[in-house]
Amino acid sequence: MSGGLLEIRGLHKSFGLLEALRGVDLTVRPGEVAAIIGPSGSGKSTLLRAINHLEKVDRGFVSLDGELIGYARRGSTLRELTEREILRRRTRIGFVFQNFNLFPHLTVLENVVEAPIYAQGRPRAEAEAEARELLARVGLADRADARPRQLSGGQQQRVAIARALALRPAVVLFDEPTSALDPELVDEVLQVIKELAGTGTTLVVVTHEVAFAREVADTVVFMDEGVVIEQGPPEQVLDRPANPRTKAFLEKVL
Amino acid sequence: MSADLAEGESRLLYPPPGLPPGGSGAPPAGPADEDLRVVAARHPGRWLATGVVAVLLAMVVSSLVTNDRWEWDVVARYLTWPSILEGAWATVRLTVTASIVGFALGTVLALMRLSRSPLLQGVSWAYTWVFRSVPLLLQLLLWYNLAYLYPVLSLGIPFGPEFLFFDTLDLIDKFWAAILGLGLSQAAYSAEIVRAGILGVDQGQHEAAASLGLPRHRQVRRIILPQAMRSIVPTAVNEVIGLLKGTSIVYVLAYGELFYIVSVIYGRNGRVVPLLIVAAIWYLALTTLITVVQYYVERHYAKGALRTLPPTPLQRARWEAQVGWARLTGAPVPDGVPPAFAARVRVGRWVAPRTDRGTA
Repeated sequence: MSGGLLEIRGLHKSFGLLEALRGVDLTVRPGEVAAIIGPSGSGKSTLLRAINHLEKVDRGFVSLDGELIGYARRGSTLRELTEREILRRRTRIGFVFQNFNLFPHLTVLENVVEAPIYAQGRPRAEAEAEARELLARVGLADRADARPRQLSGGQQQRVAIARALALRPAVVLFDEPTSALDPELVDEVLQVIKELAGTGTTLVVVTHEVAFAREVADTVVFMDEGVVIEQGPPEQVLDRPANPRTKAFLEKVL
Repeated sequence: MSADLAEGESRLLYPPPGLPPGGSGAPPAGPADEDLRVVAARHPGRWLATGVVAVLLAMVVSSLVTNDRWEWDVVARYLTWPSILEGAWATVRLTVTASIVGFALGTVLALMRLSRSPLLQGVSWAYTWVFRSVPLLLQLLLWYNLAYLYPVLSLGIPFGPEFLFFDTLDLIDKFWAAILGLGLSQAAYSAEIVRAGILGVDQGQHEAAASLGLPRHRQVRRIILPQAMRSIVPTAVNEVIGLLKGTSIVYVLAYGELFYIVSVIYGRNGRVVPLLIVAAIWYLALTTLITVVQYYVERHYAKGALRTLPPTPLQRARWEAQVGWARLTGAPVPDGVPPAFAARVRVGRWVAPRTDRGTA
């Protein structure tokens, strides 16, 4: 799996009067792991959801390997694509939700093979073989026939990661992947993400786990009030923050 | 069971640490803790209520048996009368066809209502408004008189040429007039039931399906509707039962369903009450059948919503028999019986678990 180049330019998004994103610029290089940290309400999750067009933006754009997500550019206007085309482009981006959002009525294996077969049109046998491989990679080879509610939170999140990877995405987005987990289950999920970090897939992780960001991320991005305040290597942003707001936030969470 | 309670009781009687035994309200001397006897609470009110209801039941039964105006022999004779059976079958056909039309169209209307097109939304809203407002009886008569409005039905381009022509009277006989009336008005109610079911599915499921890039129809059919079914089925079955009884209104078209046949027979022989009872028994039997089907349909859609499905009555009876037999003969419990179930069977009685959901 080769990673994609993710470029975000001048992203604006309002919910009614609330401006969630106020001009976000960010570049994530192929294979890079970017950790986005920041206080709640700073726009981290909105940014992530805007990247794969779960939220429509008001201004600005996101592109993956030069291809715009959700829009086609004609001169100075961005035209929203048809739903079919958006869905096709989305299969290059994996998304892991805070609350897993596994399909409870399907088995673990059915959860993982659904998109490769019905979104990408790959043959079932191939999709199932690859799904079993992915499940083995996240340590759940023996739970392929279980249903999500029969699994622990940590196991469910690992299945969700396998489901996202089954699309062979160029980028995987993680929206606070461990926030809904009991403390003792956090490590098993972080371990899976850590292993993924070495494989060349571009990862964008919104997280509260500062220690994890320090260990795994190539770039730490600090967001507040809808803009990127500061970004750089973890030792710079986390240990010698240039901005007083970053400093104040880190003092609170550490 | 009683041993457990006795143990619990005796534990309560232990003095808190630091107090001398027998201090602070504990009985000074008496039988040892393990010899304490448990006396069950008495419920005189419950006994009284049981007695009253038993007497009332006896009165009902005695009046049913001793009052010969019920004419149970006539009821028995007509219950399986060929034309009654035909009528019951016609009622079943009406119910099944109208349910299919109603729920198929209702699902389409629900999806239209949830679409982002204002026209589709508006049409769906207007449909529900009209068909819920006009009485069913009136709708039935209107459909039956469609041939007066449009003697010939044709397919073609609006304001343009027409290709296919049908004689309305040939196309819409009594059965199809009834199906149109029942099905189209049912669709208005079904649409709201299906819409409520879809709205009840967690927003995260919609987002997960969309983020995987699944085609729209696949999102609806594979991810959303199966989960919506869990809340749709109980209300939908209610509607089907309502429809089953509602088919009796079709007698205004002189269509040979159960109630019309019954009224024709009692019109001839004057045995009104026994024949009404015959019809009531058939409606009761058909509703029972629907309820049984409902149980299994609900179970099907509960997969994944519950950690483990409770056994069906048949499974439970079979497992109880197997475990009971094993206990009697001292043989091992057969492999097909879940160990957790076997452990809960006491003296041939299955004790329900306290809760279906464990903790994570």
